[in-house]
Amino acid sequence: MWHWLHRLQRLLHERFVRWALRVPTPEPTPITLVQRRVYVLPTRVGLAFAVALITIFLGAVNYNLSLGHALVFWLAGLGIVTILHTFRNLVQLTLRPGRCPPVFAGDLASFDLLLENTRRDARINLQLSFSGEAPVEIDLPAHTTNTATLTQPTTQRGWQALPRVTVETTWPLGLVRAWSYIAPDMRCLVYPAPARNAPPLPWSGEAFQGASNVGQGADDFAGLRHHQLADPPRHVAWKAAARQDDGKLQTKLFSGQSAQELWLDWDAAPSALTTEQRIACLTRWLLDADTAGLHWGLRLPTLRLAPAQGAAHRAAGLQALALYALPPVTTNHGTS
Amino acid sequence: MARLDRPVSRRQSQWLLLAAVTAFAPLAAHMPVWLALFAGAAFVWRGWLIQRGGRLPPRWLLVLLVVAGSLGVFFEYRSLFGRTPGIALLLIFLSLKLMELRAPRDAVVTVLLCYFLILGQFLFTQTLLTAFVTCLAVAITTAALLAANNDRPTIKQQFEHAGRLLLQALPFMLLLFVLFPRVNGPLWGLPEDRRTALSGITDAMAPGTIAQLSQSDAIAFRVAFTGAFKGIAPEQSSLYWRGLVMPDFDGRTWRISQTREAYTTPPYAEESKRSKPIDYELTLEPHGKRWLFALESPTTLPTESGLTRDYQLLSRQPVRSRMRYTQRAVPDIQKGLTDPPEVLQESLALPKNSNPRTRAIAISWRQRHGDNDVAILQAAEDFFSRQLLRYTLNPPLAGSDSVDEFLFDNKRGFCEHFASAFAFALRAAGVPARVVAGYQGGEINPVDGFLVVRQYDAHAWTEVWLAKQGWVRVDPTAIAAPRRIDSSLATAIPTNETLPFLARNDMAWLKAIRYQIDAVTNGWNQWVLGYDPQRQRDLLTRLGLDTDWRNMTALLAVLCGAALLLLTGWVLRQRERIDPVRRAWRRFTAKLTKRGIVWQPWEGPDTLAARAASQLPAHATKIHAIARSYARLRYAAQPSSTGLVELNQSIRDLSL
Repeated sequence: MWHWLHRLQRLLHERFVRWALRVPTPEPTPITLVQRRVYVLPTRVGLAFAVALITIFLGAVNYNLSLGHALVFWLAGLGIVTILHTFRNLVQLTLRPGRCPPVFAGDLASFDLLLENTRRDARINLQLSFSGEAPVEIDLPAHTTNTATLTQPTTQRGWQALPRVTVETTWPLGLVRAWSYIAPDMRCLVYPAPARNAPPLPWSGEAFQGASNVGQGADDFAGLRHHQLADPPRHVAWKAAARQDDGKLQTKLFSGQSAQELWLDWDAAPSALTTEQRIACLTRWLLDADTAGLHWGLRLPTLRLAPAQGAAHRAAGLQALALYALPPVTTNHGTS
Repeated sequence: MARLDRPVSRRQSQWLLLAAVTAFAPLAAHMPVWLALFAGAAFVWRGWLIQRGGRLPPRWLLVLLVVAGSLGVFFEYRSLFGRTPGIALLLIFLSLKLMELRAPRDAVVTVLLCYFLILGQFLFTQTLLTAFVTCLAVAITTAALLAANNDRPTIKQQFEHAGRLLLQALPFMLLLFVLFPRVNGPLWGLPEDRRTALSGITDAMAPGTIAQLSQSDAIAFRVAFTGAFKGIAPEQSSLYWRGLVMPDFDGRTWRISQTREAYTTPPYAEESKRSKPIDYELTLEPHGKRWLFALESPTTLPTESGLTRDYQLLSRQPVRSRMRYTQRAVPDIQKGLTDPPEVLQESLALPKNSNPRTRAIAISWRQRHGDNDVAILQAAEDFFSRQLLRYTLNPPLAGSDSVDEFLFDNKRGFCEHFASAFAFALRAAGVPARVVAGYQGGEINPVDGFLVVRQYDAHAWTEVWLAKQGWVRVDPTAIAAPRRIDSSLATAIPTNETLPFLARNDMAWLKAIRYQIDAVTNGWNQWVLGYDPQRQRDLLTRLGLDTDWRNMTALLAVLCGAALLLLTGWVLRQRERIDPVRRAWRRFTAKLTKRGIVWQPWEGPDTLAARAASQLPAHATKIHAIARSYARLRYAAQPSSTGLVELNQSIRDLSL
C-alpha cells in the first residue's frame, strides 16, 4: 500500500517537474529564471509557523486579547511578506554553464554553473542540487557572478550530461521555499578508467617497422600536410598559414625518426579482452606513454592518430578512447 | 528532499538566547518566584555555555528538569491547564529548549516558543507600554529567525532586515486587525485562575470601607456621553452611578442580599415626561465581581446581564476583562411601586437593642408625623443638618453602637457613616430604607471628553421607599457636605487630609499631563484593546461598509491582494537595473552591429575598437575615444564624475 503511494508520489512529482520545465531540454543558455518558472510553497517550518499562528489566534480569541489579535495578524503579514522575499531571492537569476573538465570514469564529474546577479541586492543562500542529493549553497552579492560547482560520480566513459538541477532558496525566514528546475546543455567528457593490470607497452614489431619506413619523425623537414588537432603546435607552419587565405593551418612533416615512437594499436591488446577492457588497456598504455614522454600514435578500428606528444595529443587520444563505438550525442549545440 | 543540516552556530545560539530573554523578561513579574529563578538560571547557564563554548547538558538531565519543572507548576497551580500554568510550562520548555540547540529545527521551535510567550504576556497586561515592549520582542525574535537561516550578517544588519520585513508586514496587520471578522470569546471555558486582587467596591460596607477606596486613584470606569449629552456632561450632582444595593444590616456592616436576577428587562415604564434621557457608553475596568454600574434608571440592559429584585445590575459572569456597554438612563422613572412586601420587610429589619439614642429620636418622628412618611423623611434630614455633622476621611473608630456614636458623640464621618446612620434612623422610624453603594461624580478629561470615574469617587447613599413614589434616592452626605456632590471630594474634605494626587486640585500642569496620558490610554483601550465585534460593526457602518462577515472577508481579501500587488510591483521594479555605463556600452555595440561589426562578449573595449576602427577607418578616432572613456569608467580607480555624460554624448555623436 505505502509502496504504491510512494510510486504514485514519485510519478506525480516527475510529471510536475516535466511540466515545470516546459522547455526543450537541454535548454538554451544563459537561463534566466523568469517568474513563471519559479514556484513557491511553504516549507515544513512554514507549516509549523502556520499552526503556531492558528494556536495564537485561538488563544487571542478565547481570552479576548486584542493585542494577541494584533500579534497574530502581524506575524501573518510577516508570513505573506516572506513569500515575496523568498520569491524575489530567486527570480531573475541568470545561470550559464561554466567549465566542466573531463574526468576518468569513477571520479567525480564537476559541473561549474555561473550564477549572475544583476540586481543591486544580494541573493542569499541559493541552493543548487541534483534531485535528492545534498545541495551546494552559494551567496551572490549585488552585481556579481559566482560559480557553483556541482559534482556527480561517474561510472561510464563517454559524455555525461548535467542532470536536471534544482535551484532553490528558503531565505530569509525559512518559511517558504522558492525553487526552479534547470536543464542547461552541459556535458562532461568521461575518459575510460585505465586498466589496473595492463600488459606492458606494446613495443611491437610494427612500431619498429614503422620506424624503418618513411615515418614521420621530427628530424628533417619533409613537407606539409593539413593540420590535425593532435599535431604539436611547434610543428605548425606559421609562415605558410600567413600566406593562406582560408586560414587553414598546415603542419610541417619531418623525415627521419625517433626511436621513442610507439603505436598504440587496437589489435596490440591481448585478443581475449572485451571491447571495454581493450579500451581500458589502451587508456593505461596511453597514460603510461604520455608520462614517459614518448611520441605515441593511436590506432583504433575507426580512427588513427599520428604519433605526437603533448597535452592536446593526450586529450585527443583520451577523447577518442572515451567516445569509441558510442552513438553520437545529438544536441542543440556543439560540444563545449 | 535532502537539506543542509548544519548544527546551530554560536551566533545563532546567542540570537535565540537574546530572543528568549526578551520574551521572558516582561513575564518574570507574573510568574512564581521559583519559576522566574529557574528560567533566569537556565538563561545564565546557557549564556555561560555559549561564552565558554562548553558542551550542552545531556538529554536525560533535560528530561529530568522538564519533569521537575512541570511538577512544580502542578503543585503551584494544582493544574497544568489554563492560562498561567500554560505559560509557566511554555517558559520551562523554552528555557530548556535552549539547552538542546542542535539542529535548525530546534532553532525554529525556540522562535515559535518565543512568539507564544509574547502572546502570554498579554494575559497580564495590554497597555501601550506593553505594546512597545512587544514590538521590540517581536523584532528580536524575528531577527533570531533570520539568523537561524543566515547567521553571517552583523547584529545591526539583522535588526534592519527584521525591521524592514516587519514594516512591510504592518499594512497586512492593520487590514486584518480592522477587517478580520471578530468573534466574541471565550471559545472554551476560562479557567478561573486569575489571582490578581482587583480594587473596587465590595459586597459589604462597614465603616471605613469606602474611605479606604478614597485613597486609590485607580480608574473604575470611563463614560462617553452620547445623544443629547454629547460633549456636555450632565450636572455633576446628578451623576449617581448606582451599583450595589445593601438592604441587609447587622449593626455594623451593610450587605447585599440579592445575587439572583429577577428581571431581564427593566420592570418599569421606559419613558418619563419630565427629564431628558441620558445616553452613554460605559467602559468598565475589570473588577472581578459581577456588578455593573449605571445611572438611574437604566431602560436597557447590557447583554448577558439582568436586574435583581432590588434593581441591582448584575452581569452573568464576573467582569474579568474590560467591559463596554451602552446605556440609556431616564432619571425620573418611578420604580418599586409594586415591590413585593418581603422586599419592604427586608428594608425595615434592624438588629435588636442597638443604637438606643437614634431609635428613640426616630420613634419620636413617627409619633409626631403619624403615617406621613414624607414628613418623617423631612424630619430626618432636618435632624442630620441640625447635628452639624462633619465630612472627613479620617473618622474616629466606631464602637458597638456606631450610629449613635456618629450622630451624637464624635459627629465626624465619611459617606458610609452618613448613609448607614440615615438608613438606620429611617428604619427605626418604620420607613423602608436601604444603603446603595456606587460612585458619584467623575471628572471630565478635557482632552478626549471622556468622564473618568476613579475609585476615590466611590460613594454610598440611601434609598427610601415612599408610598406613591417608590424608591427615592436620598444622599445624607449632601446635607453635611454639599460640595462633595456638586463638585468633588477634594473640595469637600478638610484641606489637611491626604488624598491621592489626582483627586487634589492643585498642581494644574501635572494634572494636564495626566489628562493627556489618560486620554491616550483611553484611546488605546477603546480602539485597540476594545476593538470587539460590536466596535468593528460600528466602525464599518460608519465607513459605509457592509458588516456581513462574508462581505467583510471579501473586502479583506481584496485589500490584502492590493497590498500584495503593491509589494510585488516593488519586487518587479527592481528586477533588472543595469548600471548606466553598461547601458551606454550597449548602445555603442548596437550601433556597431548595424554596420556588421558584432561585439563578442569576450572582446575587451580596446580589441573591439581596434577591429571596428580597421573596418570603419573614417570613424576610427571616435571609436577609440569611446572605448577609452568606457574603459576608464569601468576600470579606473577614480572615474571622473563627468565621464558618463561625455561617454553618452560621444556615443550619440557617433553617426555610422
